[in-house]
Amino acid sequence: MDKVENIEKLKSISKEIRLSIMSMLHEAKSGHSGGSLGMTDVFTTLFFNVMNHNPEDPKWEDRDHFILSNGHICPVLYSTLAEAGYFSKDELKTLRKFGSRLQGHPSRTDFDLVETSTGPLGQGILVAAGMAKGLKMQNKNNKIFVSSSDGEHQEGATWETLMFAAKHNLDNLIVFIDRNQIQIGGNTEDIMEMESLADKLRAFNWNVIEADGHNYEEILKAFNQAKENKGKPTTIIFKTTIGKGVSFMEGDYEWHGKAPNDEEYQKAVEEINNG
Amino acid sequence: MDKEATRKGFGKALVELGELNDKVVALSADLTESTSCKEFKEKYPDRYMEMGVAEQNSIGVAAGLSFTGYIPFVTSFAVFMPNRCLDQIRVSVAYNNANVKIVASHAGLVTGHDGATHQALEDISIMRSIPNMTVVVPCDFTEAVKATKTIAYREGPCYLRLMREKTPKITDENTRFDVGVANVMRDGEDITIIACGEMVSAALEAAERLQEENISVAVVNMHTIKPIDKECILGYAEKTKAIVTAEDHQVNGGLGSAVSEVVSSENPIVVKRVGVQDRFGQSGTAEELMKEYNITVEDIINEVRNAISAAKK
Repeated sequence: MDKVENIEKLKSISKEIRLSIMSMLHEAKSGHSGGSLGMTDVFTTLFFNVMNHNPEDPKWEDRDHFILSNGHICPVLYSTLAEAGYFSKDELKTLRKFGSRLQGHPSRTDFDLVETSTGPLGQGILVAAGMAKGLKMQNKNNKIFVSSSDGEHQEGATWETLMFAAKHNLDNLIVFIDRNQIQIGGNTEDIMEMESLADKLRAFNWNVIEADGHNYEEILKAFNQAKENKGKPTTIIFKTTIGKGVSFMEGDYEWHGKAPNDEEYQKAVEEINNG
Repeated sequence: MDKEATRKGFGKALVELGELNDKVVALSADLTESTSCKEFKEKYPDRYMEMGVAEQNSIGVAAGLSFTGYIPFVTSFAVFMPNRCLDQIRVSVAYNNANVKIVASHAGLVTGHDGATHQALEDISIMRSIPNMTVVVPCDFTEAVKATKTIAYREGPCYLRLMREKTPKITDENTRFDVGVANVMRDGEDITIIACGEMVSAALEAAERLQEENISVAVVNMHTIKPIDKECILGYAEKTKAIVTAEDHQVNGGLGSAVSEVVSSENPIVVKRVGVQDRFGQSGTAEELMKEYNITVEDIINEVRNAISAAKK
């Protein structure tokens, strides 16, 4: 699809996506608000500028692939796909409901836009690395973009894949990390210290980029650097704020796995519209 | 009788598949030699991946490879795969319905001296409880060759259980192999023994000896535990008085359970289960262990007798 270059335009798209996220979670009465809002700026940039894909032809062979390794933030994926025109925004209201394609965690067999089912952390990255290797073996140029959470890097399996991807020089693999320092039970550094994450990733022979996950110039620059990088897989550590755009959710781990009630929803919509 | 290990049958078939189909790839979690992948590795180095001691990543990567059109055979020991990577098998392979072939060697008590940690006795039970998963346990070398080739072209997740030890060759080129269709190795009128893996040859020997006492015993090779051949089981539940199952695996959840489930809901008759009775293994020779855990030819014969008297009541 045509790339949106204008940053103001990207910001206005992100507003729509945030409104969709709040609306679908409010309707579902459960789900993950914080991470979804926190990654909206990155997802907007990725799907409206960075990735090669075509909503008119979802299975286009030369498309870049996207994997949501932190499957619990699927509201931002579903909202972004709907915003990009893959399906009607009306369907977003079916999130987490019986018979819906929009399962509580993304399901490949229920929804063909999902490249691999995720939910249990430490799975999407593994599958993405296999896809990246498979595409390289066929001399294809598609990129694989992977969304992951910082907490997910506490999983041992993730580090198995980090070794594998470096060994196979998977420079078509771009994993970005939502470094909001929040996991379900609190601050990552209290629960299981992760710093210095960047040094650890460099030690695993990855190309490491750090950027502000709410600054569009920085997000764009980081993705473009990642795409041009040769010989190594790339990880982008996006510093983000959980719940970004809704003041009472920002920075609060309680909003990791919660949906807004009626009152909170009204307030959130107001803030996003005025933001 | 001529003997050869089922894992060797897999290795032979893998090389042949590699020649026929350039989409066939193999992955090993640092057990290339043990899982009989060495020849494939030497012939097709570009389609062979040394994954290191990392079973979870091996499974995830295999799923990813399948999504780009490959047919991955991912190999390890049956104690590590499924156990160490069960979450990846459940979600990335089975829930995705990915075309991944999980090949696990060194299953069962016959693995011997390595002891309990290395004797997979729960894998059939675990794998058959997962939706979309096919579970195949070849009875000998030749059947392992056929099973490997068959599952390569059967779309979807599959688990292939193999043995380290050489076991008697009891099938030949002409023996039919279809996933989900049991092989009747010998017909009989009184009792049916349903076995899998190397226990099929033990069952045949037991049947032979019982024939001398004029007990007519049918022997069924249930090489596919899932989907299980209900028609065959129910046919023999109707025809014979009782069923004895035999497996080198826990009776809880294994072949014995699978057969009992079919019989109990459709035509309840006596089912006696020969296998490991809720215990861990230990070090020893295969012979010593089979004796200690009561899964020898003698034990099958005893259970057939028990089944006959139980059925009379």
